[in-house]
Amino acid sequence: MTEPVLSVRDLRVEFVTRRGVLKAIDGVSFDIAKGEVLGVVGESGAGKSVTGSAIIGLIDPPGRIAGGEIWLSGSRIDNLPPEEMRKVRGKRIGMIFQDPLTSLNPLYRIGEQLVETIQTHTDLSASAARRRAIELLAEVGIPAPERRIDGYPHEFSGGMRQRVVIALALCAEPELIIADEPTTALDVSVQAQIIALLKRLGRERGTAIMLITHDMGVIAETADRVAVMYAGRIAEIGPVRDVVQNPLHPYARGLMGAIPTLAQDADRLVQIPGSMPRLSAIPPGCPFHPRCPHAWERCTVDRPAPLPHGASQVACHLYDRNDPTAEAHQRMTHPPAEEGVAA
Amino acid sequence: MLAYVLRSLAQGAVVLVAVAFIAFSMFRFVGDPIANMVGQEASMADREELARRLGLDQPFPIQFLHFLGNALQGDFGISYRQGRPVSALIAERLPATVELAVLSALFATVLGVALGVYAAIRRRGVLANAVMTLSLVGVSLPTFLIGIGLIYVFAVELRWLPSFGRGETVRIGWWTTGLLTWSGLQSLILPVLTLGFFQLTLIMRLVRSEMLEVMRSDFIRFARARGIPARVIEFRHALRNTMIPVVTIAGLQLGSVIAFAIVTETVFQWPGLGALFVNAVQFADVPVMAAYLVFVAFVFVVVNLLTDLAYLALDPRLRAAAPKGAR
Amino acid sequence: MNQRAQSQPTPPGLLARAWDSDFLWSFRHSPVAILSSLVALTLIAAAVLAPVIAPQNPFDPAQLDLMDGLTPPMTPNEVTGRTFLLGTDPQGRDMYSAILYGARISLLVGFASVVFSMVVGITLGLAAGYLGGRVEALIMRIADIQLSFPAILVALLVFGIFRGVVPPAQQEAATLWVLILAIGLSNWAQYARTVRATTMVEKSKVYVDAARLIGLKPFVVMIKHVLPNVMGPVLVIATINLALAIIEEATLSFLGVGMPPTQPSLGTLIRIGQQFLFSGEWWILFSPGLALVLLALSINLLGDWLRDVLNPRLR
Repeated sequence: MTEPVLSVRDLRVEFVTRRGVLKAIDGVSFDIAKGEVLGVVGESGAGKSVTGSAIIGLIDPPGRIAGGEIWLSGSRIDNLPPEEMRKVRGKRIGMIFQDPLTSLNPLYRIGEQLVETIQTHTDLSASAARRRAIELLAEVGIPAPERRIDGYPHEFSGGMRQRVVIALALCAEPELIIADEPTTALDVSVQAQIIALLKRLGRERGTAIMLITHDMGVIAETADRVAVMYAGRIAEIGPVRDVVQNPLHPYARGLMGAIPTLAQDADRLVQIPGSMPRLSAIPPGCPFHPRCPHAWERCTVDRPAPLPHGASQVACHLYDRNDPTAEAHQRMTHPPAEEGVAA
Repeated sequence: MLAYVLRSLAQGAVVLVAVAFIAFSMFRFVGDPIANMVGQEASMADREELARRLGLDQPFPIQFLHFLGNALQGDFGISYRQGRPVSALIAERLPATVELAVLSALFATVLGVALGVYAAIRRRGVLANAVMTLSLVGVSLPTFLIGIGLIYVFAVELRWLPSFGRGETVRIGWWTTGLLTWSGLQSLILPVLTLGFFQLTLIMRLVRSEMLEVMRSDFIRFARARGIPARVIEFRHALRNTMIPVVTIAGLQLGSVIAFAIVTETVFQWPGLGALFVNAVQFADVPVMAAYLVFVAFVFVVVNLLTDLAYLALDPRLRAAAPKGAR
Repeated sequence: MNQRAQSQPTPPGLLARAWDSDFLWSFRHSPVAILSSLVALTLIAAAVLAPVIAPQNPFDPAQLDLMDGLTPPMTPNEVTGRTFLLGTDPQGRDMYSAILYGARISLLVGFASVVFSMVVGITLGLAAGYLGGRVEALIMRIADIQLSFPAILVALLVFGIFRGVVPPAQQEAATLWVLILAIGLSNWAQYARTVRATTMVEKSKVYVDAARLIGLKPFVVMIKHVLPNVMGPVLVIATINLALAIIEEATLSFLGVGMPPTQPSLGTLIRIGQQFLFSGEWWILFSPGLALVLLALSINLLGDWLRDVLNPRLR
């Protein structure tokens, strides 16, 4: 087994406010292997983006990494001094943000921004860096890159701009790319192109990709594995096929049930009752228990640890083989989804 | 791009005509221009003769056109108080004010931008916070008190610098300058500091808040995620984006430079336009007031135009807006 | 930003909630806000109570003794042996009393002109936002021009016109009112802008149509919704403008176009004091100068703090 590109262990991120300390990320662990695409899903506020920011070292005060470890290809990066961490950003980890319209500095030609990034991380001369920038633009599918390199961001369409952003993230051939909602701000027709581009680049270069999104469709199409986040924790993580088609965690089931598919009846669309708790009011025990159809007393006091289940890991007491009552609760309060809607 | 400049020019012209109208209304309706010019004991015939010569017997719109035409040629009539052509008075006073205003604007801009950037970068630093607190004191200090304070320290107590006037000046054509003599330069120091201080605090606070705003934007975050060093982000990416709003507001602030020049010139008995205007206000010398008003509006329009041109230089989005596919 | 948990068992009393509100919380935790409001309130109280607390009425010639003239602060006069906290001017006028009375006039002009510009600005802003079209374009255009024109220049022009129109004999009595008018007229545009923006938002809301349907006057209904919404920003603008108006008044008086020496404001006192700067009688200038700075600074700091708390986006 080769070493994973990214390894996150028991990560905790807190925000200090005057009303107390908010735990945005509370004990998150996962790995991403070389060439693998890990999809991270969840509602907004579940901690997906904060996890991405923590990995690349961009948590700003009043936020702070309160515990845990982050390893990149065998070296620990969460405790690096700021200047060392800066050299990791862009060189070993590339990041793509949600909105390509605002990710680029409007006052500089895209070539200037590419060359700047290349020269920050390599010893290339200005002209070599420019040649490299043109290659990158060609690689991300920008037509006539020799001409377009001297364009300003406002001269590009949204999809083209996101390609430029991807080129910028690729400048120094990073081992890991964190894509934070890379398609949310784009037209549906462009979304597929960008996803295909990311997938191709990951495959060709062996880059590990952490794909943060709330779009299950994008995940199903792109990811190798999926992590479902809820209230700053991972509820379930496993191979995409398992998690999408046979979700274990009650929250993941609800989330998958909320994806409309052509094969299903429209009235089977399930909605999870209630809403995700605010960070300031995360319930004790399992954070999902107030909304969970299977919850029993244990869930209100005892926080579930991730348990292996097949190729997946799931943080739910229902799958605790040492708890003799778990199976009973599973059966007792587990009506088939069809009946659940009727009830 | 040409359209953009033309539109600025057209707007400027509208403003100028509007201000000229106000100036003309003042001239026409405040006090009796004829009584002010010929004195109380003039005969009826004299008055009518003067009214005809000034065109005051014509319909109002025609009078206004006359006024505009004269104003375009720099003719604003005769000062009630000094009995000399207003244009001559203004030409005589202009160099003093221009040298004072330009030098203080330069001083305020250079130091203001530098301090503002520093305060934004070291947002939580002790020195940066001290500078910010001091700047608020600066905003609350009336200009004339700063001037008086400087006079007390440097002219009365230390006796280093003169407390009033321009010192020796050198005449170059119709222009007089204090920049070429030692006493002229010495005389400039205190007034320039006084006039520059308010703008300095203002520009500094503005640069700081705009820069903090820019530093929160997505492209700065993306630049950080690309591993660009902090210094490059601050001075290359953030500063240039900061300058766009700063140029606008600093341009608009030129108005206050003129206003505070009035105060500064009074404190230092500086023989400039501001002092001329204050005298005119005290004695209701309407032609001088009217001319000064038009002059200020003219400066405004010119500065606005320069601001617009600065935009074009700073922001490629505007440059590209007019002709498409130039590149 | 997350506030606190919704599930409070019993709602605490109004006072307790007010005490815990973000507004008062910031106040209690801002030494600057507490100190500056203390200074401002003390100065305002002292000015209001001037006739009660001042040792003498500085403008009643019967109470002045020329022999007391030019006494330095806290030193007994060489002839009369009397001591004055802040010294005296050449007429033997106690500077402490003069400042109290001067601050009274400065504050009167300040408050009155702020109220005046507030009324003008809110009215024009409502009109512009509600009526729209040409009226709006005209009002906002004037506001733009006014905003880019320095306040002091506008005030000076108003004053110049006043000097030209009103016969000299009546000028002194009317000066106070002209000052209020001039300063008020030079500061209304900001209120108008804020109120217009809020009015336009409210105007498009459903209840305005609903009010029309059930026969209420939509304008009246709307005002009731607009005014509470603009309270915060208007309060911030008013506080900062109060400091500006006080400085503006002082500047005009200093330039010799404001309050006359018979009825001096702080600015007039400074103008008088400046003449004694070179002969070493610094206190005649120093004390009114210090009073003016303290007044303007404390109100400014308070306004700055208010802006941060009530509306961080308002710059």
